[in-house]
Amino acid sequence: MMRYVRDPALWLTTLVVLVAGVWPLITRSATTREDMFLILMFVTLASSLNIVLGYTGYVNFGHIVFFGLGGYIGFYLIAEKGWHVIPAALAASLGVVLFAAILGGIILRLRGAYFALATIGVNEAVRSFIVNWDAVGGAVGMEMNFSRYQDYGGPMNALWFAYILLLIVTLASVLLSYFVRTSKFGLGLLAIREDEDAALVLGIPAPKAKTIAFALSAIFPAIVGTLFFFKNGNIEPGDAFRLHMSVEGIVMIMLGGYGTVMGPVVGAATYERLRGFLLTSPLFKNLQLAFAGVLLLLIIIFVPSGVVGWLRNRFPKVRRILA
Amino acid sequence: MDVLLASLVDGLLIGFVYGLAAMGLTLIFGVMDVVNLSHGALIALGMFGVYLLFTGLGLNPYLGLLIVLVLGIILGMILYAIAIHPLLDGPHLSTLLSTFAVSMIIIGVGTMLFTSTPRNIDINLGSMVLGPVRLQGTRVVAALVAILVATGLYIFMYRTHVGKSIRAVANNRDAAELVGIPSVRILAFSFGLGTMLAMVSGGLIATLFPFSILSGGTYELKSFVICVLGGLGNPTGALLGGLILGLIEGLIPVFMPVGWTPVIEFTLFVLIILIRPSGILGAR
Amino acid sequence: MSVILEVDHVTKRFGGLVAVNNVSFQLYEGEILGLIGPNGAGKTTLFNCINGVYTPEEGRILFKGQDITGLPPYKVVRMGIARTHQVVRPLNELSVLENVVVGACYGRENLSLEEGRRTAEEVLEFVGLADKRNVLAGKLNVAEKKRLEMARALAARPYLLLLDEVLAGLNPTEVARMLHVVRKIREEGVTILMIEHLMHAVMNLSDRIIVLDYGSKIAEGTPKEVANNPKVIEAYLGDPDLALSLVEERT
Ligand SMILES: Nc1ncnc2c1ncn2[C@@H]1O[C@H](COP(=O)(O)OP(=O)(O)OP(=O)(O)O)[C@@H](O)[C@H]1O
Ligand SMILES: [Mg+2]
Repeated sequence: MMRYVRDPALWLTTLVVLVAGVWPLITRSATTREDMFLILMFVTLASSLNIVLGYTGYVNFGHIVFFGLGGYIGFYLIAEKGWHVIPAALAASLGVVLFAAILGGIILRLRGAYFALATIGVNEAVRSFIVNWDAVGGAVGMEMNFSRYQDYGGPMNALWFAYILLLIVTLASVLLSYFVRTSKFGLGLLAIREDEDAALVLGIPAPKAKTIAFALSAIFPAIVGTLFFFKNGNIEPGDAFRLHMSVEGIVMIMLGGYGTVMGPVVGAATYERLRGFLLTSPLFKNLQLAFAGVLLLLIIIFVPSGVVGWLRNRFPKVRRILA
Repeated sequence: MDVLLASLVDGLLIGFVYGLAAMGLTLIFGVMDVVNLSHGALIALGMFGVYLLFTGLGLNPYLGLLIVLVLGIILGMILYAIAIHPLLDGPHLSTLLSTFAVSMIIIGVGTMLFTSTPRNIDINLGSMVLGPVRLQGTRVVAALVAILVATGLYIFMYRTHVGKSIRAVANNRDAAELVGIPSVRILAFSFGLGTMLAMVSGGLIATLFPFSILSGGTYELKSFVICVLGGLGNPTGALLGGLILGLIEGLIPVFMPVGWTPVIEFTLFVLIILIRPSGILGAR
Repeated sequence: MSVILEVDHVTKRFGGLVAVNNVSFQLYEGEILGLIGPNGAGKTTLFNCINGVYTPEEGRILFKGQDITGLPPYKVVRMGIARTHQVVRPLNELSVLENVVVGACYGRENLSLEEGRRTAEEVLEFVGLADKRNVLAGKLNVAEKKRLEMARALAARPYLLLLDEVLAGLNPTEVARMLHVVRKIREEGVTILMIEHLMHAVMNLSDRIIVLDYGSKIAEGTPKEVANNPKVIEAYLGDPDLALSLVEERT
């Protein structure tokens, strides 16, 4: 335990998320809050994905399925069953973790490109299934009655409430990532990433470890899904299972630093800010996607270890504070 | 019964085009172990290539295809140099991301130039009646062109020196290098061929359905399904996989709402990867 | 002396190829057993059957009286069998120390991260890699990678150590160093089964030797007996260099 308390990297990580996340609460600005909501959301998605992608080395293009399914379960419980958002989010998380554990047990047998392709298939299969499922609104999705927000003291308060919950979730998700990274379990995951067969021979129960990592990576996206669609007041399959968002998550991880705790945080924040800037700049507005593409290409070719990875390699001294 | 037959034949015809697209994807995977995530964007590029030549220069779409074919090979080789070659020896995540980046660039620029409003190429080749089945001319021609290109590719791969070198590199790059095959040039050219196949099939699809710069995604996913059906890396399998997918797409609407087609396709996709990763044709 | 490992009529096939053919032998506690044979004889495959990478089609493998046939490799390590790979497999992006910590933490003693680190430091000292502890494993040279393989296996604190050609590719100084390490391991009471092509080394180190050819065991005995066995010479005829060095060992 003392080992953690004394670790400056833990404190730095917590502090960064906390300071940035509390900012909108101080300024009381709704626009800052909306901007920050997206950033925190992506920090959570990227951090959790990093457990599978960065630590275990499995390229998951379907991470967003956890977000989408969680969103659907949570939203359904809130909008149709009148649940409070907290128990709804927890139930969503539980359901999705179960789903991930079962799915992981099946598809983590695949390696390399086969795994990556299978995750695309799973995301698309689930999305097209939901599109056809009338009980959850099919292709049009579901809307929430505005009066639902009354339970939280009106829409304005509900949005702030959702934001605070998201901040807590983001913090929890970054901490989870930290504890996994610095644990014996995490070391086992890294070994799997480097060479799974060698890891097996060294004594790592890879099938179990991978499945646990996969399930852990599903906990928080499911909650974030519930919060996001609760805030929006509606949900539809196109928004919930956007393959593109999974890939954006991967881009953020690469940008910040694959396999590090801080990497996804830095990457998500940078990417989101950059996108916000590009979207509002008249010059790049229409070219933002292309611009992001060029950026991604440059990173992969020239700084494959990302910002944090690069710092860690370049200045070994910062390793102590930058996990 | 007639409905079923018509639907099946229709599916089969489109299946050839799907198969052609998937051949591009599977060829690249087979030769260099790269899953090309810019495949869909390249398909869309092919669509717009034919479309622009048609609306801008009044060029017949099938002649336009010829130009797209040449441009495809050149573009593919350029893409290889930029986005594949520097990363070939890295983890496979790098090329997944670099090809995805290429896709973002193509779609980003494409959206700016062409917006995302649907277009279509207005040609009508009438229709022909075969027994109880009425076939649309454009579909028959598209299928024929696809067969032509696939046959051409087949002959190229098995009869020419370059084609044989490609197969040698696909088999074992190091061994190929040892016997003096310039593997870098071969890899670049293979990527060119894969790109060409994507773009040509895109051009063909453009003569059949309305499309936008974003349409490629759907066909990319179909190509994945087909490649897995036929065995990743196996071009002949891809053609067959295309036919199977075409048949499934023709068949499903007869029995259930069209909306279920993707559910069945993707479930099948995941199941096949799990149970027979070498494809339904492949040896175990 | 008690039997620590018993290989009982083990057969492993790859399609039509019988890589290990009905092989039986016993290994006694504390001994060094050499496993030799021409290229492709099935030596590595036999290792893979013992430590659970492959499940043999026929036969059983007993370790300390327990049937371990078909157990996955990570369970076999827990029971106390560790191995090195013929083709080194360092975890490239992890440091040398972390590589060995993995071995310690997931080995027989199932250590915590802190205990694992302590064991790893000791083992690195033991094999002479301590000054490289913070280097990325991928950056080591071949000889160092071989010692890393050895260190990772030792960190598991095995009762039985399977060494697959740990001397191959080393220069004479490095060979001498490695042999020294192997002797020290044996002094600590670890039983060793070693595959080796370097004849003078096996002949010197081993208490007994068994010989595989085309998957079958063709000879077993003391180094001297084996070196004088005509069947063994014949098996090695395809490989004149080895045959010669075998003959040179005859005394
Ligand atoms: N995974 C596998 N699939 C198919 N064949 C295999 C496999 N592993 C080994 N073989 C074959 O089994 C035979 C025995 O191989 P093995 O590696 O066990 O030989 P070895 O005695 O260790 O040889 P060497 O001295 O060269 O290391 C060889 O013919 C080899 O080609
Ligand atoms: Mg061997």
